[in-house]
Amino acid sequence: MNLLLDVRDLCVAYGKVEAVHRVGLQVEQGRIVTVIGPNGAGKTTLLAALMGMLPARGSVNYAGEEIMRVEAERRVSRGLCLVPERRELFAAMTVEDNLTLGAFHRYRKRDKTVGEDFERVYQLFPRLQERRRQMAGTLSGGERQMLALGRALMSRPRLLMLDEPSLGLAPLIVRDIFRVIAGLRDKGVSILLVEQNARAALQVADYGYVLETGEIVVEGPSAELASNPRVIESYLGFVSVNAA
Amino acid sequence: MNTEIALFLIQDGLTNGAIYALLALALVLVFAVTRVIFIPQGEFVAYGALTLASLQLGKLPGTAWLLLGAGLAVAAVELVQALRVRALRRIPAIILKFIIVPVFLVGLVWWAAPQKPALTLQIVLALALIVPLGPMVYRLAYQPLANASVLVLLIVSVALHFAMTGLGLVFFGAEGSRTPPFSDAQWKLGVLTISGQSLWVVGASLALIAALLLFFEHTIYGKALRATAINRVGARLVGVSPAMAGKLSFTLAALIGALSGILIAPITTIYYDSGFLVGLKGFVGAIVGGLLSYPLAAAGAVLVGMLEAYASFWASAYKEVIVFTLIIPVLVWRSLTTHHIEEDEE
Ligand SMILES: Nc1ncnc2c1ncn2[C@@H]1O[C@H](COP(=O)(O)OP(=O)(O)OP(=O)(O)O)[C@@H](O)[C@H]1O
Ligand SMILES: [Mg+2]
Repeated sequence: MNLLLDVRDLCVAYGKVEAVHRVGLQVEQGRIVTVIGPNGAGKTTLLAALMGMLPARGSVNYAGEEIMRVEAERRVSRGLCLVPERRELFAAMTVEDNLTLGAFHRYRKRDKTVGEDFERVYQLFPRLQERRRQMAGTLSGGERQMLALGRALMSRPRLLMLDEPSLGLAPLIVRDIFRVIAGLRDKGVSILLVEQNARAALQVADYGYVLETGEIVVEGPSAELASNPRVIESYLGFVSVNAA
Repeated sequence: MNTEIALFLIQDGLTNGAIYALLALALVLVFAVTRVIFIPQGEFVAYGALTLASLQLGKLPGTAWLLLGAGLAVAAVELVQALRVRALRRIPAIILKFIIVPVFLVGLVWWAAPQKPALTLQIVLALALIVPLGPMVYRLAYQPLANASVLVLLIVSVALHFAMTGLGLVFFGAEGSRTPPFSDAQWKLGVLTISGQSLWVVGASLALIAALLLFFEHTIYGKALRATAINRVGARLVGVSPAMAGKLSFTLAALIGALSGILIAPITTIYYDSGFLVGLKGFVGAIVGGLLSYPLAAAGAVLVGMLEAYASFWASAYKEVIVFTLIIPVLVWRSLTTHHIEEDEE
């Protein structure tokens, strides 16, 4: 077992209100791990804290090092990358500039291989190539999701954290996005996936956690979770009993 | 008024307007990236002019001591921080950047100044002393307050303006200086006489604006600054730290300020406190662009230059009043035409 991310006793609070309480979570190298849970459970908060965008208590060990005191920008250059729920694209800049900035830390290190990644991202999302001179703010919702994912890939992440990548997408595109996610794992990228679409998430993931009001209530291999009565009732609906 | 005077005033207005445009661009840049209204911008203008004047007299400029002092202060702050997070590996770099390099620069100027090198070299030396002050000022005064409101940052700016004016008095004294022009050439163009220095000012300003444009459009750091201005959270997520962006924008502001001072030093007599008014006129230009739009800010600044030239002809006693009164119709016009832009909450 090769742990890339090992989180223990993580607590995150907004003022006095604790949104994430003593969460423990592990991601093995090259695996997809999903966190599912109802609205307001603290999933977004958890990812933001792991990225270093929110102050937190506890321990976060990444690639064998404690990174709790490391700033977000430094985490990026160590291969941690977050696609946030609100995407946070650079609206008044072109699609291409957004992708370029995704590779900012690599340009800083004079990495000569950034060009290859442009091609790879454009191959994955041909739509982005067609619109590479368009301002990011004028893209459609689906194109924006592609750009957010593309920008993240430009940083060559080791651990990619995705906050609801299927939010607001048509079913066909959702399938595409999940195919991309599975493809990334096959290339060795580890993924921490937060999803409302629990069925799709459990299908693609290797392991899953259920977060409710800031605490992990159930965890296990995805297949096990998918047949857990409690999970079925709350997150998959009754239909899946027959479907599974 | 005859054509000759009208044309002369246009030349005068354009020359000053070019300088105001540079300062307006720097103000917009600093505000967009850091939300700081950089009032001490003008002090960099005065420092630029006075440093060059000292160098031309073969003296070590007072800015040298300022650079050493600021370097020591930044080194102290950074060392305390490094010790606090136990990042001992950073210590050699801190000592190199904030103590050894400033000492080296000051040593270089101390050695070179009495030999009265060529004007170009003097300008390079002056810039070498002043430009590093930009990021140091950011590190000391603004970086610890990165999350403060625009108002708090403005108060810091006002305080810093007084501090830097005072230091200017200490290091340069109360007398004004004027440097010889870059070129004595004069051209007759019909009834108008164009002075070489005016051409220098306008030409250098245009070149600098073009260079800035290329920097923002085509370099990764230029894009990083734009990204920070557009979306700070997004910028952090791709690894652009607000502190880095802040230091970079202050470096550019210091460079623009010092160069502006060097360019106008042969046109007007500069005192330790002259920078403020010059900077304020750039600020009026920047307000025309709502502190957001670069082209509007530059256009506004040229307008300020023109207005000033004509005001000094018709009512020279009220020159400054007229120029600064411009801000009232501009603000009325802006408040009628623009929607309020919410300050982004993070
Ligand atoms: N900036 C904030 N200040 C105060 N409370 C916040 C803030 N952001 C989130 N919260 C609260 O923290 C809790 C967890 O929010 P979070 O956004 O992490 O939930 P989530 O699991 O991502 O929900 P969703 O599925 O709706 O995206 C919620 O109760 C929310 O109201
Ligand atoms: Mg969320």
